[in-house]
Amino acid sequence: MTNLLEVKGLKTQFFTQNGIVRAVNGISYTLKEGECLGIVGESGSGKSVSVLSVMRLIPTPPGKIVGGEVLFKGEDLMLVPMDEMRRIRGSEIAMIFQEPMTSLNPVLTIGFQIEEALKLHQGMDNEAARERTAELLGLVGIPNAVERLDDYPHQFSGGMRQRVMIAMGLSCDPALLIADEPTTALDVTIQAQIVDLVKELRKKLGMAVIWITHDLGVIAGLAERVIVMYGGYIMEEAPVKELYGRPRHPYTIGLLGSLPRMDAPEGTKLTSVRGQPPDLVNLPAGCPFAPRCDFAGERCRQEMPPLEEIAPGHRLACWEKDKTEGMKPHER
Amino acid sequence: MKDENILLQVRNLKKYFPITRGVIFARHVGDTKAVDGVSFDIHRGETLGLVGESGCGKTTTGRTLLQLYKPTGGSVTYDGKDLMTMNARELRHMRRKLQIIFQDPYASLNPRLTVGSIVGEPLEIHHIASGKALRERVSELLYLVGLRPDFISRYPHEFSGGQRQRIGIARALALDPEFIVCDEPISALDVSIQAQVVNLLEELQEKLGLTYLFIAHDLSMVQHISDRVAVMYLGKIVELADRNALYKEPQHPYTQALLSAVPIPDPVIEEKRQRIVLEGDVPSPSSPPSGCNFHTRCRYSMPICAEKEPELVEIASGHYCACHLINQREDKA
Repeated sequence: MTNLLEVKGLKTQFFTQNGIVRAVNGISYTLKEGECLGIVGESGSGKSVSVLSVMRLIPTPPGKIVGGEVLFKGEDLMLVPMDEMRRIRGSEIAMIFQEPMTSLNPVLTIGFQIEEALKLHQGMDNEAARERTAELLGLVGIPNAVERLDDYPHQFSGGMRQRVMIAMGLSCDPALLIADEPTTALDVTIQAQIVDLVKELRKKLGMAVIWITHDLGVIAGLAERVIVMYGGYIMEEAPVKELYGRPRHPYTIGLLGSLPRMDAPEGTKLTSVRGQPPDLVNLPAGCPFAPRCDFAGERCRQEMPPLEEIAPGHRLACWEKDKTEGMKPHER
Repeated sequence: MKDENILLQVRNLKKYFPITRGVIFARHVGDTKAVDGVSFDIHRGETLGLVGESGCGKTTTGRTLLQLYKPTGGSVTYDGKDLMTMNARELRHMRRKLQIIFQDPYASLNPRLTVGSIVGEPLEIHHIASGKALRERVSELLYLVGLRPDFISRYPHEFSGGQRQRIGIARALALDPEFIVCDEPISALDVSIQAQVVNLLEELQEKLGLTYLFIAHDLSMVQHISDRVAVMYLGKIVELADRNALYKEPQHPYTQALLSAVPIPDPVIEEKRQRIVLEGDVPSPSSPPSGCNFHTRCRYSMPICAEKEPELVEIASGHYCACHLINQREDKA
């Protein structure tokens, strides 16, 4: 399979009154056609900014993509003119966001908002666009789709609104769907519905998906490969079973250990990660996780470790990687 | 009948929020039945988990039993004393023993007050300490929740979410309470910080002999912290049982669906798991379905479910469930 997306050395910063916020600090990864990649990280890890940079949706100023390349189907998105970028956003890469209420315009009908994209990007006339819209709403599992075209967003529940967003994203048959915490605002039963929907749509349409989340649980059943981000760096990247079965970065191990599991034996203690998330204005000189890490040595505080391949498809950025071999998250 | 072991007894608790039409002459046109006849006991020193999806009334239950909302009906007995017939003075005195930790650590701390004033305020209101004694007690509380005592003169904005939640916990502990309602105390926090706060709550419970009502929508966290768990759906408790019984052998179809929707952070297990995916959304609590609230989404729904409301009955020792399916099975047996 060929690479659909190739991100090389992407670096995004925000220039604020309080100083330079170093949100993304030179990350590189690839995505194959039809693949599902999970990006996991806590708030401030740079996971959202990294994909907004790919889409060139960073508000400038204060933000700026200060370096790197983003190759989509071999073309560097950082160099294409704005109108070409706008075409790609509509028809090649689609994005859905966390809060389905704020991403829909409350004074326009659902039908109008989806038809708009179809007319703009695919040059459809009114009738064809309306027909296709009804078809799309049916595809994402909205009952009585034709009757609901003239409803407004407030007449839909949270889960239904997220389905509408997905329908809008799918309207132009994108090769890549970027989902930025799409289920965080939803209840677990609704989350299960949306996850099932995306899985099914991937099978049907063969699109690639980047799923951003802070929830290691959702990703386990969905992604083929997972990237763990912290402080604007990629800390670890591995095929999904490898990451959960043999996590090697102390942060990944800490994250997995701090999750309660419903299948865990009784009396399992949660192994929390001590300390606080990093301040992106005053990132430590070396590894951003060093102040919270149990294994950190002198070198960790001086120098950021490179992201190196330690097994096929398993990349790790840690100076003390020998110490974490064979560690289990709940047995620290 | 008074069981020494029962700290809090809630019977048929109801809280309806009126829906009105008209601006000047507001007419009462209906009710949002946020909590609709909830009964449970909380034993001394235990943690009762209360779970459910958003809008099921779990937060309202917590606030109503503390009399922060005036209940529409039912009774709440704390340590043998009826909270609902108390006047304002008696209730204020009771509140020393009953405290609450809120969900949003950003909204629940006054940004204009220092940490010292926030944590010390309950002590001043109840005339327990002042001056040097007050400062000492506040430092002690900050130390207890894992904050540096010299944070006393700082303001909430200088702290991260997890640290703010610790300040909220210190405030709740100031009056040496016996019972704390933890209203989604971790859902606004990052994953690695959630575990810190949960571990702290567990430690404090052990050290101070606290009793918790732990309200959350995260089922795996509730399983971790609770001794017993109650599941709510549309203002009613559908199942209440010991943690192990509830998670290993859930009886109510809603509990079963809810548990199967929770993702397990393990791709090998996730691959094999069969999910019960519920259709549709939670109905509106202002016009709940007839009979059993859940019958519109239940895969076992029978004609009787739309007609008659099932009662919460004890199906095994300490295991309560409200479902016609189970009543029928009992009848046959």
